[in-house]
Amino acid sequence: MMSQPLIEIKNLKKYFSTPKGKLHAVDDVTLSIGRGKTLGVVGESGCGKSTLGSTVIRLLEPTEGQVLFNGENIYEKNKHEMKAIRREMQMIFQDPYSSLNPRMTVGELIAEPLIVNKVYPSAAQRDEKVRELMDTVGLAQRLINAYPHELDGGRRQRIGVARALALDPQFIVCDEPVSALDVSIQAQILNLLMDLQDEKGLTYMFITHDLSVVKHISDEIAVMYLGKCVERASAKELFDNPLHPYTKALLSAIPIISVDEGDKFANLIKGEVTSPINPPAGCRFASRCDFCTEGCRGQDIPLREVTPGHFVACKLCEK
Amino acid sequence: MSNNDLLLEIKDLEITYRSDDTVVQAVNGLDLSLKRGETLGLVGETGAGKTTTALSILRLLPERTARIEKGEILFDGTNLLTATIGEMRAIRGERISMIFQDPMTSLNPVLTVGDQIAEAILLHNEGLSKQQVQDRVIEILGMVGITPERRNDYPHQFSGGMKQRVVIAIALSCNPELLIADEPTTALDVTIQAQVLSMMAELKNKLGTSMILITHDLGIVSQTCDNVAVMYAGEIIEYGTVRDIVLKDKHHPYTDGLFGSIPDLKKDTDRLTPIEGLMPDPSNLPSGCKFHPRCPKCMEICKTVQPGLYREGNHTIACHLYAKEGQ
Repeated sequence: MMSQPLIEIKNLKKYFSTPKGKLHAVDDVTLSIGRGKTLGVVGESGCGKSTLGSTVIRLLEPTEGQVLFNGENIYEKNKHEMKAIRREMQMIFQDPYSSLNPRMTVGELIAEPLIVNKVYPSAAQRDEKVRELMDTVGLAQRLINAYPHELDGGRRQRIGVARALALDPQFIVCDEPVSALDVSIQAQILNLLMDLQDEKGLTYMFITHDLSVVKHISDEIAVMYLGKCVERASAKELFDNPLHPYTKALLSAIPIISVDEGDKFANLIKGEVTSPINPPAGCRFASRCDFCTEGCRGQDIPLREVTPGHFVACKLCEK
Repeated sequence: MSNNDLLLEIKDLEITYRSDDTVVQAVNGLDLSLKRGETLGLVGETGAGKTTTALSILRLLPERTARIEKGEILFDGTNLLTATIGEMRAIRGERISMIFQDPMTSLNPVLTVGDQIAEAILLHNEGLSKQQVQDRVIEILGMVGITPERRNDYPHQFSGGMKQRVVIAIALSCNPELLIADEPTTALDVTIQAQVLSMMAELKNKLGTSMILITHDLGIVSQTCDNVAVMYAGEIIEYGTVRDIVLKDKHHPYTDGLFGSIPDLKKDTDRLTPIEGLMPDPSNLPSGCKFHPRCPKCMEICKTVQPGLYREGNHTIACHLYAKEGQ
């Protein structure tokens, strides 16, 4: 990389204490996102992708590790410094039905981040900014006094996008922003996010379980399994040449539109995700993997660069 | 096609929901038929009337608000809409059964899964001994890939995919002739979804069950169904075999829009081409073709006249674009 990446995640760990033991939600993840780029994070429920998103913008305190934003470790900042950094890092939440306060109007919801951060001294200026934001995200201005319940999911998610954009951030974590929406609306929101990126040079971390969406929007993709990043590559490389058995299984499980018999669920993985509580050392995928060998258990398998820019954590690819 | 092959025939079905002052037109003149052993995919977005249609087949619509205005639903020759409550009870679960969308909420949390499967079996086979019922429960669980020891577990001890298997086990417990699956995998992860779908396809072939699969995912449809019906605002706007829908060039503009909204894994597309605008308000549907306000190819005639069907073999499209050629 020529220039310094905007976000660098170094050996990030986040464990939760449960009565049964330590739950390893994010376990030693190292990633970086270049300025103006999109990193897609994919994985199944419970693989720690949402926890990763929240920890990266310090909505959760990490157990260990660093997140460098513009080269500075955000976990070392005090409350006051953090508030300034928060303006640069925003989040779009998953469910537009539950992430908006039902008692606030669209105008109030979008103005809230501006008020909290005291960006504009006068209400008139603020109002102008709110209307401008509504234009940006494609919400009709007549809706400014409407309540969320009057709007459909797509419009609600546009409010979420407007709130995230209100403070002109550099970095936005999108946590499954389209999974609660119908396909035609989903495509509208994806187009909006990509247009905004072109216009404002935004950097995204795009968390999703939908592989076709992630391929469409991402420059680079990280595949997570039980808190670990198991494979990382450019979007094209990952889909053309997946190396980790889990990535392969994940790709073949997508129901693609085709009448070709060969495209029908070719290699299914057996079983289900094992418990993330006190996982044994070694490859987390070993118990479901067809290619599991002795060497896969017992010690953790690090990410290794196989071809330039393509990282895999798998014994099979070490030779 | 002889009539004996037809298992289900829906003719000109019209359903409305009424509240104090609004009438919601959920299903508007729907015609559909299903042969024995066939899998039909019913595709459409939220609010297209897919679930309402499915519930009407089982007569499970809410009695106070929903009204079937006209039409008939013939199942193996009998009209389900005029059947008595007793007759319906004999059909539900035994001849037609349903898999509901959300496995997390469709199981009873205070009964073990074994008891819940046994309940369905006992209801329809009164003479069976305890041992016979237990044997059947174990057999059914084996079929959906759950070890018999787990029959004494409660639903909360199962993961989402396993719960959906239990729901499928209940639905299949009486060897129904028709299985209606309402978004059976929407709540599941892709790898689990693939497991459940391939299991359903396998069981369907083994038992010779016909299936109506309701989904919004065109990928699932193309991988599991024989025929596809695309619904929009309570009407079927396009119907054909999977090959017709996936491979042919002629489509309803809405179907084209649905395909344009999905990022294609095999091609590099820079921009998606979604359908502009939103689903129409079902209490105030547009005149003429119900899709016309969103249609990129809208013509004058579309705004006032309801389009007829264009036919090519079994492939039908309800659109003025093709109606002319068809005549």
